[in-house]
Amino acid sequence: MNVRLTVNGEPHEAEVWEGESLLFALRERLGLPGSKNACEQGECGSCSVLLDDRLVCSCLVLAVQADGHDVVTVEGLAEDGRLHRVQEAFAATGAVQCGFCTPGFVVAAADLLEHNADPSDDEIREALSGNLCRCTGYAKIFDAVRLAASQ
Amino acid sequence: MARLIRTEKEVEGRFTEQWIVVEEDALDQWPAGPRTVVGQPTRRVDGVERATGAAVYTADVQLPGMLHAAVLRSPHARARLVRLDLDAVRAAPGVRAVIGPDDLDVLTSEPCYEGHGVAAVAADSFEAARAALELAAPEWEVLEPLLDPEEAVRRESLLAEPRRHDRGDFDRGLAAADVVVQAEYRTQTLLHNPLETHQSVCHWEGDTLVLYTSTQNIWGVRDEVADAFGLPHDGVRVICRFMGGGFGAKNDAGDYTLVAAELARRTGRPVRCALTRREENVVSGNRNATIQRLTAAARSDGTLTALGGEFVSALGWDGWLGPTAGPMQMLYACANVRTVEYGAKLNLPPMAAFRAPGFVEGTFGLECLLDELAARLELDPLELRRRNHADSDGTDDRPYTSKNLMECYRRAETHWERRHEVRARSEGPWKRGVGMASQIWYGGGGPPSYAWIRVGSDGRAVVVTAMQDIGTGTRTAMAQIAAEELGVPLEHVRVEIGDSARGPYSVISGGSSTTPSMGPAVRSAAADVKRQILEIAAQRFHLEERVLDLKGGNVVSADGGSWSLEEVTGLLEDAQILGKGARGPNPTGMRVMTFGAQVAEVAVDVETGEVRVERVAAIHDVGRIVNPLGASSQVEGGIIQAIGHALSEERLDDPATGLVLTQTLDAYKVPTIADVPEIVTELVDVPDEHLTNLGSKGLGEPPIIPTAAAIANAIRDATGADVRSLPITREELLHALEAAREQERRGAAAPA
Ligand code: FES
Ligand code: FES
Repeated sequence: MNVRLTVNGEPHEAEVWEGESLLFALRERLGLPGSKNACEQGECGSCSVLLDDRLVCSCLVLAVQADGHDVVTVEGLAEDGRLHRVQEAFAATGAVQCGFCTPGFVVAAADLLEHNADPSDDEIREALSGNLCRCTGYAKIFDAVRLAASQ
Repeated sequence: MARLIRTEKEVEGRFTEQWIVVEEDALDQWPAGPRTVVGQPTRRVDGVERATGAAVYTADVQLPGMLHAAVLRSPHARARLVRLDLDAVRAAPGVRAVIGPDDLDVLTSEPCYEGHGVAAVAADSFEAARAALELAAPEWEVLEPLLDPEEAVRRESLLAEPRRHDRGDFDRGLAAADVVVQAEYRTQTLLHNPLETHQSVCHWEGDTLVLYTSTQNIWGVRDEVADAFGLPHDGVRVICRFMGGGFGAKNDAGDYTLVAAELARRTGRPVRCALTRREENVVSGNRNATIQRLTAAARSDGTLTALGGEFVSALGWDGWLGPTAGPMQMLYACANVRTVEYGAKLNLPPMAAFRAPGFVEGTFGLECLLDELAARLELDPLELRRRNHADSDGTDDRPYTSKNLMECYRRAETHWERRHEVRARSEGPWKRGVGMASQIWYGGGGPPSYAWIRVGSDGRAVVVTAMQDIGTGTRTAMAQIAAEELGVPLEHVRVEIGDSARGPYSVISGGSSTTPSMGPAVRSAAADVKRQILEIAAQRFHLEERVLDLKGGNVVSADGGSWSLEEVTGLLEDAQILGKGARGPNPTGMRVMTFGAQVAEVAVDVETGEVRVERVAAIHDVGRIVNPLGASSQVEGGIIQAIGHALSEERLDDPATGLVLTQTLDAYKVPTIADVPEIVTELVDVPDEHLTNLGSKGLGEPPIIPTAAAIANAIRDATGADVRSLPITREELLHALEAAREQERRGAAAPA
């Protein structure tokens, strides 16, 4: 099937099969491997993207469902070569270890701050509890979100 | 000069006595304390790459014409293949090659655990590969699996000779005691669950196998795969620039790598073989379950007179026996110690190293037992530990290269003192308490490890070594060390790693060995470069080398002269300065260990059995700290994994069939950000004066070791319940509370 979608502001077209996930299409067909595949079953959040400004696990969205829609991936957060404040904050606070979870966290945290400029700790916990990180112990991810919120 | 020495080599607590070629390490250590770059909190040199999605992991490698492999794995814990239709698989759409039990050593027709590889296929897509395998229609004769570790010990189904340690006279030690405590502890099977699953992409370029893999051990994989395919070692080129976590599970090549290499050979095309999350949770390794029957005996003043333990490790079908008795043998001064360790061979997936294998399990048992002993002695648990401080290694009386455990205890005091105030905050069903535990572990690293540094006319340095960064920040730490020695800003140093064809040998990133092994090699290489730069400057400015130094990006002389580094390196034009460094030997006759103590605060709902960890203070002694920011992140990561180990994580196996029930991240519960307590990290940060030119030990593993025991001890402090089995589920805790109440009733009923 043919799908047309906007990814990070650019129009894209791809030939996909019916059962294919948006994550697969982004990674394997559109050359955007930033969104990670760590479970492919909606359990880890490492594939988080924005679909029409809504945070979704792209492994749970069919590529055909994104037909005609607007997708933002981790590759699309920086603007004019300037890092998104959440990306900058993750790097600055040391919230990145292996980094495999980081693209998903960055997208989810950017989405949180978009809707809630000054989240409480409990709101951060709530918003990011669908993203798993096995390395950092999350403490510095808190720091990163607080730092980004303060900017 | 290269020197041949006979030495003890240690990885994850496993020792081998071997010949090894080392080079002298003649540099003096830097003075203690933070320096210009080393010891300063430093953000990762590759943090932005990772945060923007630009970092290329093995999972992201795309090669032209790449095929995808899927592996047919045994659905039974023990079975014999009766029929398998590989021809049907071969005829399926998109299939390019099929291999079965006769084609590769890692494939079998008599699987001995669930997930044991049977056949594999390479196809145009992963979906096509999977669909093709459906057609194999295997028929099985299902056999009775051996699943119970105690039964395995009785039947002598063991993966290693029972390991015995007997020092002093255990029975006399018991007889001399005023108090003896005995208890049985159990720890569960745990899964690593790194976010990037195990995977490789293999591609033959002529006779050379180019192998992209998510690994902790570039050189080990190179040798293992080369041997399997009968190639010279450099006939395999291993590449791992970014990898998504391992925690010990990615130390070996794995069946997926051999499958991908063989399918690539047969098809002449690149082949990816990546485990799915479900496969990851079955076959990629695990921290084996243990049963520990422990005894501690002491005089009324708390002096230990005997320690004893019988340890049964449920290793699965393959693996090795971790040093579960290690903490009992080493953590405290005790003349009479008797331990025996059994490694049960079972029809369960093989274990793999998992962050301080053996010591995590053994410390849980020992440190809970110590608190039970303290309660019987009516002694303060921290004081009991102090009184039994070991000044040297109890197993062979070797002195430690450095040991600041007493300093850790001193710093733990402020956190320990909070317990009165914490207990007082108990409210209704929520009881609060504080517990502590001590930590000992290896982490000294060792030779060999090498680094090269080149400096060109622009004065920028490139550190080249074929090591991997498993997420711990080794690129950053190596850049810091080189920048410090060269006296240049961190931004002027690049670190090129992750390719066995483009750099010298580096140590495995396991056993907390990367920084203590690679760091000194990088510093030596930088010192070599520095010497050459000063030689050139001395000639150019007609000065003696000894009055020159490199500082702040300048060549400076004792009489106040200063020239920018570029002014000197500019003379090079196309010439380069090439520096080489090697990790020197560890001191002979001494023991290198890391130490620490943690204090945990918990709240327990005695009605529902819910446990919340509210605060953990971690104090560790690992020598000089290169990057305090990276170090505290290691500590936090270790503690959160340990909280998972303590409270929520457990691989569940069907006791009748031996099949793994927890194959997803919904079923196997790793902690989330919602579970994070306040974590306070303190590092003693005193260089180990006997250890290398750096004085640093490793920090990857120490923080995960004492946490579970500290939590269990805090639960006892809060509720009086002895929790002796991990994970401490609500059910487990409610049983322990009931047992405590029962004991109290019996105690009250007994005549005085
Ligand atoms: S890959 Fe989508 S949630 Fe894990
Ligand atoms: S940094 Fe490795 S999983 Fe989060």
